[in-house]
Amino acid sequence: MSLDPVILFFALGVLARLAKSDLRLPEALYETLSIYLLVAIGLKGGAQLAVQPLATLWPVALAAIAISAAVPLVLFPVLRTFVRLGTADAASIAAHYGSVSVVTFAVAQSALTRAGIEPDAYLAMLVALMEAPGIVVGVLLARRGLAREGAGTRPGGAAPEGWGALLHEVVLGKAIVLLLGGIAIGWASGPKGLAPLDPLFVGLFKGVLALFLLELGLVAGGRVQDLRRAGPRLLAFGLIAPLLLAIAGGAIGMLLGLSVAGVATLATLTASASYIAAPTAMRIAVPQANPSLSIGVALGVTFPFNVLVGIPIYVAAARALGGG
Amino acid sequence: METHARKLLTIITEAAIERALVADARRFGAHGYTVLDVRGGGMTGEREGAWEADRSIEMQIVCAADVAERIAAHVLAQYAPNYAVALYLSDVSVFRAQKY
Repeated sequence: MSLDPVILFFALGVLARLAKSDLRLPEALYETLSIYLLVAIGLKGGAQLAVQPLATLWPVALAAIAISAAVPLVLFPVLRTFVRLGTADAASIAAHYGSVSVVTFAVAQSALTRAGIEPDAYLAMLVALMEAPGIVVGVLLARRGLAREGAGTRPGGAAPEGWGALLHEVVLGKAIVLLLGGIAIGWASGPKGLAPLDPLFVGLFKGVLALFLLELGLVAGGRVQDLRRAGPRLLAFGLIAPLLLAIAGGAIGMLLGLSVAGVATLATLTASASYIAAPTAMRIAVPQANPSLSIGVALGVTFPFNVLVGIPIYVAAARALGGG
Repeated sequence: METHARKLLTIITEAAIERALVADARRFGAHGYTVLDVRGGGMTGEREGAWEADRSIEMQIVCAADVAERIAAHVLAQYAPNYAVALYLSDVSVFRAQKY
């Protein structure tokens, strides 16, 4: 099977950055592309939900929320002991992995389609559900740990905003608003109502994803410097954690009796780390954490690993095990 | 034309705390502010502004000297320990005293 061109665009971005090319996508374009992807994913999921019974989705929806909340709880002690990070950094990185990556999801959908498996409609909803719980748990872990260490009372140690502002940032951040908004609009309009929008949101999707991955490649290539500073333990974490998380997510998907696409996607989402919602939220909520560590490992190691190596494995494993 | 002496407080920092900074500036008595998107580098590395968490802002506040000092003291105590912060004060002349 030939390589997926969107993956090659990611590789091109990384190479261009490492070769110190002057290639740079305007910030406004990055913003536009990310809005487009979120809306397109939401609309597609919503339109198909309109023709599917919603009531059967409760177990998988609850499982998705529980996974997102549980991942930081599992990773936090690992990051504290194995990677030897401080409380703030461990909690921040744990939150990034609890939350999910929309683009990793999009690449998984693309891989499934290329493998001849039609992804289920409800999967887009899981992305929206898994965005926030991990971040909230990560913030709780950080605040509890730092309060114990007495750091919260040090001048400058406190976060600038309270829980209200933080929840507002997390739950009403652009990722969740656009995903849920897209799902709601898609659901209300149905596939027929959305047909006039298809040339933009369906027809151009892969091309836009390719451009977005080019940009992410440029950003990921720029994090190599951070990784050198982070050391081999964090690097190892960034490669091993997604595999183990994918096994856990895939196993839960099998227990729930999901389809092959469902199992592969839940594995991918569990394994993925956020770089849109989590970095900004953690910056505000846990300022003591060093952002170059969390972003370095999430975007510099785990994202490329999932896109290049992980997703093909998750899809192949889900197929071999057969799903529901 | 008559002019009045005021201070221009310039704060260059991470976009993540823009909302908190605006609230602080208002609370300490600033009448207005201007925010620009910027990029640059410092002792801890480059901030290229290519994506959400990597964005930087420059906030400019023209205000009375005591207000500028209160805001600066707060920024240094609250944000400078953990966020990238560049902060400086300059003398400016304004035409409408009541506006600043």
